[in-house]
Amino acid sequence: MLNDFINQVGPSTVGGLASGAIYALIALGYTMVYGVLRLINFAHSEIFMIGSFAALFVINLMGITGPLSGIALVGTMLLLLLASMAASGGAAVVLERVAYRPLRRRGASRLAALISAIGASIFLQELFALVIIPEVFDRPSQGRNQVPVPRLFDRETVFSIGNTDIRNDHLFIIVAAVAMMILLDVFVNRTKIGRGIRATSQDPETAVLMGVNIDSIIRTTFFVGGAMAGVAALLYAMEFENLRFNVGFLLGVKAFTAAVLGGIGNLRGALLGGLMLGLIENWGSIFFGSEWKDVIAFTVLVLVLLFRPTGILGESLQRARA
Amino acid sequence: MRSTIARLGGVVAAGTALVLGLAACGSGTEEASPTGAQNGDGVTTLKIGFMGDLTGANSALMIPPSQGAQLAVDEFNAKSTKVKVELVKYDSQGNPDQAVTQVQQAITQDKITALVGPGFSGESRNVGPILEQAKIPSISASATNPALADNGWKFWHRVVANDDVQGPAVAEFLVKAKSAKKAFVIDDAAEYGAGLGDAVAKGFESQGVKVERDKIDPEGSDYSSTVTKVKASAPDVIFFGGYYAPLGRLLKQLRDGGVTAVVSSGDGSVDQALVEGAGKDAAEGAVLGCPCLIPFGSDVPELKTFSDNYKAKFGTDPLIYATEGYDAMSAFLKAIEAGNTTSEKINEYLSTIDFKGVSKQIKFNPNGEIAASVIHIYEVKDGNVTWLGDTSKAQLS
Repeated sequence: MLNDFINQVGPSTVGGLASGAIYALIALGYTMVYGVLRLINFAHSEIFMIGSFAALFVINLMGITGPLSGIALVGTMLLLLLASMAASGGAAVVLERVAYRPLRRRGASRLAALISAIGASIFLQELFALVIIPEVFDRPSQGRNQVPVPRLFDRETVFSIGNTDIRNDHLFIIVAAVAMMILLDVFVNRTKIGRGIRATSQDPETAVLMGVNIDSIIRTTFFVGGAMAGVAALLYAMEFENLRFNVGFLLGVKAFTAAVLGGIGNLRGALLGGLMLGLIENWGSIFFGSEWKDVIAFTVLVLVLLFRPTGILGESLQRARA
Repeated sequence: MRSTIARLGGVVAAGTALVLGLAACGSGTEEASPTGAQNGDGVTTLKIGFMGDLTGANSALMIPPSQGAQLAVDEFNAKSTKVKVELVKYDSQGNPDQAVTQVQQAITQDKITALVGPGFSGESRNVGPILEQAKIPSISASATNPALADNGWKFWHRVVANDDVQGPAVAEFLVKAKSAKKAFVIDDAAEYGAGLGDAVAKGFESQGVKVERDKIDPEGSDYSSTVTKVKASAPDVIFFGGYYAPLGRLLKQLRDGGVTAVVSSGDGSVDQALVEGAGKDAAEGAVLGCPCLIPFGSDVPELKTFSDNYKAKFGTDPLIYATEGYDAMSAFLKAIEAGNTTSEKINEYLSTIDFKGVSKQIKFNPNGEIAASVIHIYEVKDGNVTWLGDTSKAQLS
């Protein structure tokens, strides 16, 4: 058993960090929206899914079928990043406008918004399964099957530590995710819009009195959270090279867990929670087998919440910062 | 006004039902057919259902047998004058709960006489007791879980060998072909996949091969923890019990992770979609065992005739379980040809049936299992799934 652990701990850590980075990017969307609205946006998993298909759409449009390298690769990646961020961010804004704002305006309860979110989630999944995948991606009557994504760059081992090979794709995911987090952290903590977001999450009424345009702040929050899911979507499409209409479901549950684990409403908590969840899953499966990884992850979640009900970095809910 | 019309409609409907009921009684004296509907020309129409995953994630496994069954029905209707058969398709999406709802609809609303399917083992287990109670015979063209035959169901049959045959046969073949000393068996922790995984693991162990196990979530996409385990274990052969969609993702990640051992799987993965999911390079050399016979351009005369007819009708080559779907339906049609038009009589006839089907000799054991158990081996060569022959003849490249 210990021998297994020593043999597998290195590769498991790399795999865990890579999946954790993707969880963390998606978790940001949950945590930001929760911060300003005290609402769990359960359609966020579909925002992710839309971003991943947007990336595939551009890949098909550009006629890419095999691995790229050099300038072409960098240019393509930037373009894909832009496309998936715009698609996910845009979809999140539309979702807010269509599914949440009308309810908010009428003073509906948060439960109503939750039902609206679940409805939007099912609507978007079925829209892709029944219309968009068969029609736009030209796979008639195969809307529920997986759609392959061509390989964007060759996978190579960049360097090795002991028996652990660090691959370029894993490195890229971890670096890209952490870079995005730092950018977002700066945006929220240093810019005027960021201050508006923080103000709204602390006390919406006072924020309005201080001249913050709440609707615009909420729209921005949805856009930024969506755009982060878009980054995750591109990384996911690139790494796993298979998309499905319900690709967001399981990841959404995991990312939501990561957000709660780290402390929902806290940006750095999302990063910490995501990476921890990825690592716990992969380390746990060394000992107990991969079928136990969800059990282990959720046991840890329950244990953490028993001792810290607001998550690892969470403050008391009333004062949670975005 | 509206309520008057509604009431009027109700009266008309009731009247029609009464007349139809009388008509049914009238014709019933000549030929007892509680499930058949007769029109004015004295032609009886029987409904036979087909149930399987027609639009779900593993629909590529179920569309060919549904078309095979359709072909058999069309050929039958073209020559039969007294009795016509109508094929009713039920899309369970492979979901055992949905299958239950649909089979109840099939029995009470559509009044089917017999059922080809359900396609997968999970749905078969749920649907079996309901069909048994309704006394409706079923023949599955593809459910291979061994335990299905142990329920004592009198109306259940299948035209493929079960995983207890498939598992050891595939294991024995791999040990012989690859002189394997160490195997890694992965499954999807579901009814079919885990059963097949267990059977193959047992098969390996009985050949003196050391076996390690792991399980993956068929709905997941990140299999890095399994890849790490496989890599640390360094096996000679890897077997996956489950369907082609997760296998495609797993295979890709195994190859990216630097695992070079031969990867094999069972009937749930014999499909060209595996190559698409895994990518051409990762899929190359994958070995697939199957109790099914897929012609893949064979020149055996009966297979060729079948393939030509199938292609003329559907525009595609017959893929997995197409021949078995055709044979399962043919068994029902042979029973009807022999003058049986009720569910129970058809079921009685099935116990004595013995004819040369496209896929194999169709003859059932008393528990509903097919008598002739053959396992075929396929390999991915140049990005195409290729038939190598049955386990006694197949040679890996």
